[in-house]
Amino acid sequence: MNSTDIIKRIQAHLGDRVLETLHRSDRRIYIDIEASTLEAASRLMIDEFGARFQIATGVDTRQGIEVMYHWALDEKDCLVTIRILLDHTSPTLDSIALICPAAEWIEREIWELLGVDFVGHPDLRHLLLDADWPEGKYPMRRDYGVTT
Amino acid sequence: MSKRTIIPIGPYHALQEEPEFFKLHVEGEKVVHLDIELGYNHRGIEKLSESKDFEETIFLVERICGICSTSHPLACVQAVEDAGKIPVPERALFIRSTVAELERIHSHLLWLGLAGHFLGFNTIWMWAWRFREDVLNILELITGNRNHYGMMKPGGVRRDVNKTDLPAIKGLLDALQDPIKMFRDAVIQDPLIHARTQGVGILTREMAIAYGALGPTARASGVEIDVRRDHPHAAYDLVEWGVVTCEKGDVFDKAVVRILEMFESIRIIEQCLEQLEKVNGPVDSDPRFVAPGEGIGHYEAPRGEVFHYIRSDGSNRPIRHKVRAPSFMNVPTNRETVLGATVADATIILAAVDPCYCCTERMAVAIDRDSGDHLLDARDLIRLSCEKTDHMMAETGLQGPDLPMN
Repeated sequence: MNSTDIIKRIQAHLGDRVLETLHRSDRRIYIDIEASTLEAASRLMIDEFGARFQIATGVDTRQGIEVMYHWALDEKDCLVTIRILLDHTSPTLDSIALICPAAEWIEREIWELLGVDFVGHPDLRHLLLDADWPEGKYPMRRDYGVTT
Repeated sequence: MSKRTIIPIGPYHALQEEPEFFKLHVEGEKVVHLDIELGYNHRGIEKLSESKDFEETIFLVERICGICSTSHPLACVQAVEDAGKIPVPERALFIRSTVAELERIHSHLLWLGLAGHFLGFNTIWMWAWRFREDVLNILELITGNRNHYGMMKPGGVRRDVNKTDLPAIKGLLDALQDPIKMFRDAVIQDPLIHARTQGVGILTREMAIAYGALGPTARASGVEIDVRRDHPHAAYDLVEWGVVTCEKGDVFDKAVVRILEMFESIRIIEQCLEQLEKVNGPVDSDPRFVAPGEGIGHYEAPRGEVFHYIRSDGSNRPIRHKVRAPSFMNVPTNRETVLGATVADATIILAAVDPCYCCTERMAVAIDRDSGDHLLDARDLIRLSCEKTDHMMAETGLQGPDLPMN
């Protein structure tokens, strides 16, 4: 199965919930989805592809806050990135920590550094910052230090 | 119910790569809960990287860790190369793998030494670190530095390896074979080490997968993953080598995986050195700019996969740089492995995932202000661990690993 087949298989499962696909190379695939599809997409990666959760990345961009879940398909030499764009006003995502314990820490990190709220997270407290860090101040936001 | 005592390990402790705070909750001898606190070493490197250009970023990530000081740069340059679709000359690939595998040997020897120390076998500690010096000498010969080699750059490596140095490098490498064999025999066959480490701190295969465990921590539990083989990069698909795995996932298996991996590393380096004799050409494609886009680079560091994500907008610096070190995934597995263990075993279990050991030990015996519980310190833990070994020696009459040095 090559990377084109992987994209086809993801599209077959998620249908029109896949907003866009980017085939950067045979070893790197990017899939854009809505926030509401995250759990289905994560289950698909774990159950169907047997993928290994590598990490998640949050980026503050002009369009909104992007959260990327990086999955490794070790047997197929391919990395799949599931990408979600959230708006700046109240970025919220369903936590996948219960179906994928490996994501527990990184969701805590993205919550405290970028202010994305992970609904259903079993233990959403500070990971890197101190427990008394002021609420609503997110150091990885572009406006941090400008407006605060 | 017996009284609950909290044993703090950290925030600054020689067991750990970075300052981390493990709170072991124990009842009598048994560990009943583990609380992990991070953030004492958060240096904001991801944010800092956004103000560095793509060449400077490599030097920055080299300083994330003193032990994996070529793993982060290697993953990072691969991310930049992926984003900018930058080619790498073949000779540079062999140099990359040579330096990276030497780093793996020195890192595993470092771990082996400390593991020996925690178990009360200080001879293992001293000999392992003595032979680690030889590895650092090879690195110095190749790169000019014992640590922080400054070799990786987008598009290749910064310095070529002199062909006139190759026989000397080969000689030093050959001289490492016997000491590593000696460690293998001493550790793998010793009944006292079996008694202390077999069946201790077991991470099951299912848990290793659920937690996304990496490197020797995963491979000791029978999860056969290795980024070097699964996602080939550098020269790993151009040489012959094997992935070492074990099945049981206890402390012993983690040690076995690391020891046997050193032989594979030597095999890889030997083949790379042979190729460096034959393959000529530049070692740097000298890229001038990174096209807009994003890239992921990953590399199998001594502790597991290092992951770097870079996004470029076409300027000379990244607009986002995500770094994930293997310990970020491996440390949470301690919550599974240490539960139900005795306090005397906790030290070696927490150390078995090999969180890099480069920080200062600074511990105090204290009484917890909130609960009034007595707090044990790190020295107490190592003492308890060593006492357990002494106790076993007295009971069984065994002497511990034999290291026949001349």
